[in-house]
Amino acid sequence: MSTTQVRPARSPISRLITPRRTGPRRGSTLLRHLLWVAIAAVAVYFVSYGIDPFRNYQLATVAAYLCVTAGLTMLTGLNGQLSLGHGALMACGAYTVALAQNEFSDRGVLGAWALPVSLALGVLVAALAGALIGVCAARLRGPYLAGVTLAVALVVPAFTTRFAGLFNADQGLSVYVDPAPAALGQYFPPERWQAWIAIGAAMLSLLIVANLVNSRFGRAFKAVRDDEVAAKLAGIHVARTQVLAFVVSAGCAGLGGGVLAVISQSVSPSVFGLTLSLNLLLAIVLGGLGSLFGAAWGALLLVLLPYLTTEVTRGLSLSPGLANKLEGNLPLAIFGLTLIIVMLVAPGGIQDAFRALGRTIRRRF
Amino acid sequence: MTPQHTGTVLELRGIGVSFGGLVALDDVSMTAATGTVVGVIGPNGAGKTTLFNVICGFVEPNTGSVLFEQKPLRPRPHQLAAKGIVRTLQGVGLFRGLTVLENVMAGATHTARAGLVSALLGLPRSDRDERRLRDEAMTLLDELGIAEHAQAWPGTLPYAVGKRVALARALVARPRLLLLDEPAGGLGGEDVDELAALIVDLPRRSDCSVMLVEHHMDLVMKVCDQIVVLDFGRVVASGTPAQVRDNPAVAEAYLGAEVGS
Repeated sequence: MSTTQVRPARSPISRLITPRRTGPRRGSTLLRHLLWVAIAAVAVYFVSYGIDPFRNYQLATVAAYLCVTAGLTMLTGLNGQLSLGHGALMACGAYTVALAQNEFSDRGVLGAWALPVSLALGVLVAALAGALIGVCAARLRGPYLAGVTLAVALVVPAFTTRFAGLFNADQGLSVYVDPAPAALGQYFPPERWQAWIAIGAAMLSLLIVANLVNSRFGRAFKAVRDDEVAAKLAGIHVARTQVLAFVVSAGCAGLGGGVLAVISQSVSPSVFGLTLSLNLLLAIVLGGLGSLFGAAWGALLLVLLPYLTTEVTRGLSLSPGLANKLEGNLPLAIFGLTLIIVMLVAPGGIQDAFRALGRTIRRRF
Repeated sequence: MTPQHTGTVLELRGIGVSFGGLVALDDVSMTAATGTVVGVIGPNGAGKTTLFNVICGFVEPNTGSVLFEQKPLRPRPHQLAAKGIVRTLQGVGLFRGLTVLENVMAGATHTARAGLVSALLGLPRSDRDERRLRDEAMTLLDELGIAEHAQAWPGTLPYAVGKRVALARALVARPRLLLLDEPAGGLGGEDVDELAALIVDLPRRSDCSVMLVEHHMDLVMKVCDQIVVLDFGRVVASGTPAQVRDNPAVAEAYLGAEVGS
């Protein structure tokens, strides 16, 4: 081993990131973040009353994706680990929630506590899977890490076919979810209730990730991403830091997957395929890698782009054959096109473009 | 400079390292007395950086042992700082995605008390820890005269300031042995003088012994109490700066053997 070998090249992700000041501020981190959560909760409460059930369902889906993108942007953006397997980690969470909920309902032990317990189990299973991948990941870099996580993305859906008795193969499982509490009134739309659940989970995810990023662990994440040798000499256990990032990120993915299972009341392997993993990665890059606001933009795009595309094709009154061809393919193409445009116009993603805009406005006035 | 020879901070016994057939270090033994500045010099490829890598645990020696404060040291890079040894890197080696202040705070990672749970929940315990680290880092930046750069990104700094930040990141860990890998590399004359004053001051001010690898002879002669000369992985001379300067073996290592002698 020569000296050049002990100083590996900086990871390419490190160069992609626009550095941003975070770090110690006055006051309590928890209180500051809880204030954000409270503001968001109040806003969502009113919004969920103002929109129809379908919009509520969309809102819930955005929130489910937000759980995942928050964790993924921390892993990839701040810790420099590329994961193509987060769709599969979502599947771990989703299937666990499905099995747990159905088990609870079979035994007739449902109550207000059942869903939180199921979701917690989903987080736990995904985090365990993440720990397993994380331990491998800590020994791998760049394309090799991408390769392993890609394998995970392909293997996990295949599990559902291999163990068809439990997971019911391609058909998937339906998920029993309790109706909204009676206290909310008889005509309370279930979509609004599900939106609340999803938003609650997303807020929890964001809170945990934001706390972590603002602590010394967040600093260690970035240090490991930027220069592993210097990080070691600064007393940071590089492998442990990478596993930690993977576990937390996987837990968030499990929560997102579980919530997705709850709001769609079904799970099937086709939802959690490689496309989802790639889309998640695209979303955080489009939103702005390493930023939680960027993760929110990404989650929004994940729901909005396919929806808008479908609306547009429907509005064009195309022949049924052509519309059929475009359906499913067009959102993908538009996603790719958006990526190209954003990378050309604002390489730091949407959030970075807004920040630059804010700076310009402040300078002008 | 009145070094107090109360003991040895670092002792190397018969260190040998070979990469395949290439012998990088051959039976290298040396001691660094507590509270002194020891320089390791030698031509390119003499094994100076390999020696540092052995002390830091990046390279496992084939033979020999390392003793830190009279106790055997099994170096693992990430545990060094907690043990009291910190090393700076050639060049700057700062984290480009962290501000200057955060870079220095990262250097004190091993002093952090708050655990993962308080970090995940953002508890006051973690906040207190962060504030303490920030205050310590800020004090050090102040002492080194670079406090005004605290919020800057490393990429925007002049090279000499970057070197100083790297030094601050090392010192914030309160090391008892500081390993400097080419601290003057790329610096101008005035900066080197300031650096020399700083290094000479370290043993007295912060109870920190220093070992440095350097090509800049002016600096080495000025700050070192002891000098070890390496050539082709062997110790060819050691002693005070004056002794080393007059040693014919040193001139030979640097300039080659005299013709006809």
